[in-house]
Amino acid sequence: MEAFTTHTGRAVPLRRSNVDTDQIIPAHWLKKVTRDGFEDGLFESWRRDPEFVLNQEAHRGATVLVAGPDFGTGSSREHAVWALQNYGFKAVISPRFADIFRGNSLKNGLLTVVLPAATVEALWELAEREPGSEVTVDLVARRVTAPGIEADFDLDENARWRLLEGLDDISLTLREEAAIADFESRRPVYKPRTQAV
Amino acid sequence: MGRTLAEKVWDDHVVRRAEGEPDLLYIDLHLLHEVTSPQAFDGLRKSGRRVRRTDLTLATEDHNTPTLDIDKPIADPVSRTQLETLRKNCGEFGVRLHPLGDTEQGVVHVVGPQLGLTQPGTTVVCGDSHTSTHGAFGALAFGIGTSQVEHVLATQTLPMAPFRTMAVTVNGELPEGVTAKDLILAIIARIGTGGGQGYVIEYRGEAIERLSMEARMTICNMSIEAGARAGMIAPDETTFAYLEGRDHAPEGADWDAAVAYWRTLRTDEDAAFDHEVVIDAAELAPFVTWGTNPGQGAPLTASVPDPRSFADPGDRVAAEKALEYMGLAPGQRLREIAVDTVFVGSCTNGRIEDLRSAAEVLRGRRIAEGVRMLVVPGSVRVALQAVDEGLDRVFTEAGAEWRHAGCSMCLGMNPDQLSPGERCASTSNRNFEGRQGKGGRTHLVSPQVAAATALTGHLASPADLADVPTPAEV
Repeated sequence: MEAFTTHTGRAVPLRRSNVDTDQIIPAHWLKKVTRDGFEDGLFESWRRDPEFVLNQEAHRGATVLVAGPDFGTGSSREHAVWALQNYGFKAVISPRFADIFRGNSLKNGLLTVVLPAATVEALWELAEREPGSEVTVDLVARRVTAPGIEADFDLDENARWRLLEGLDDISLTLREEAAIADFESRRPVYKPRTQAV
Repeated sequence: MGRTLAEKVWDDHVVRRAEGEPDLLYIDLHLLHEVTSPQAFDGLRKSGRRVRRTDLTLATEDHNTPTLDIDKPIADPVSRTQLETLRKNCGEFGVRLHPLGDTEQGVVHVVGPQLGLTQPGTTVVCGDSHTSTHGAFGALAFGIGTSQVEHVLATQTLPMAPFRTMAVTVNGELPEGVTAKDLILAIIARIGTGGGQGYVIEYRGEAIERLSMEARMTICNMSIEAGARAGMIAPDETTFAYLEGRDHAPEGADWDAAVAYWRTLRTDEDAAFDHEVVIDAAELAPFVTWGTNPGQGAPLTASVPDPRSFADPGDRVAAEKALEYMGLAPGQRLREIAVDTVFVGSCTNGRIEDLRSAAEVLRGRRIAEGVRMLVVPGSVRVALQAVDEGLDRVFTEAGAEWRHAGCSMCLGMNPDQLSPGERCASTSNRNFEGRQGKGGRTHLVSPQVAAATALTGHLASPADLADVPTPAEV
């Protein structure tokens, strides 16, 4: 995973709540068997509307998505994270994220930042008023800054460390091989098995 | 202090616990399907890793599979490639697979329970948000992303962040004609699509205890639509009776040992939940959605709400956008909404009891002119059982299409999709924009309401059918 320390870029104001993962990447895109090439599927249905915020010239090249509450609800598809990253987003800001989406994003180095609704509103207004202004998402300081806006955010220390270092979860877990084998030796015999091995 | 059911199951699976780190949990059962696994197998291949426990892993094909002409090659080359990729991966890594055409094939969340693999006190994961279904057995069951699928394949464990506990207590008895689907839709409307975020919900109370295993699966299945990390119901005699004798249920002394353990899986009397919701079952009625998220629902007897009636500005905007997408007007009576299509199936309502209850409403009647009704069993076993009971004939004689097992129109990854503007009463779980096909409009309903709607051509419950004659009365 690519490490995330700090990122500065322009923001896109997505004034919608309950942005579900079917909107982020529709199901017909999930037939692909790779982790890339999803950028054209991102918000595919909404992007057919020329007025949609991502289609506005002023927001072209923006890398920070600012959305309403309950972003990433619904399906567990990690393709939603890949689509946002493939398109060029480095961070998403929302007052509340769905759990599975948030877990997926942090495992891929897409930083999901929870900020209060009032701060999100302030970021929306800024991005609409001055689309060229830059927003900095600083994971080291755990702070989002933009002209006239400064907001601290929480992220649990372990997740932050993994992101800052760009660590691969599986390698970390495999260091616990002895503990896993020990646990396995104590599992009750009545636990189900899918096949004899 | 005592512990909740969820805490007990969690604690029994902790491989490693360290201050400031997520617990490393052991996974008892890992279910796979073709959509969220290919990139995970690729990851294993690139890092030269194997599947640690092929005996705790099972794959089925469900999302892409066609429900017609299954003996012919799959027409969509991209779908075909994805299924072929799963077959190749399962062969290479030694994973048991039930492919299209196999008698154990079906929707992953229907297959696990019917094989007896889903058991109380187990941890179950799948790269699919509706893994919450398995919580009906008192299992701790999480939907996970593809990175986590790879993690479980490689290590049979997952680092999991701590959770909060929520009790949803449903007191009393569900009124006649009110089903588990109506109950869960009402619960989601009450707590909202984000209300469960961070929580494992335990459903309890008399109305829950009275439910069959299949109805309990319908409830737990939609926990994710309230944003919950998982949903659970404490195992009881209903659970044990369902499991006994199934292919992978323990036998003999193992059965006795398992049941003895399973009986301990109840929330202690002195345990505390972080949040509690209490619902009076007697107040519930058939429930349908009018909007574009599963929390936007109302009793069938109600009308489409006026967005201005929502206190929260965000909810107001969401309702406005939803009504625009759904082509509905405030004040319109839900019962007067006409549909083009009715879908009975999915991991929410594609089991035999669901098909029986829909068939009971249809028996001896014909669906309304111009309505297309698809009945898609959740698995091949469910289909065979339905045929055995003559339900397939009830459906076809009523004018419905009897299809092969799979996810089908729940998400339209196969050819079963809505056309733009088409309106559907669906027993599935998500009414998101475009979920069932680009521009399609979805109303979530129970199987009974789906069947009554097919007969009348507009949203209806069986109680509304007094004026729809059966042939004997014509």
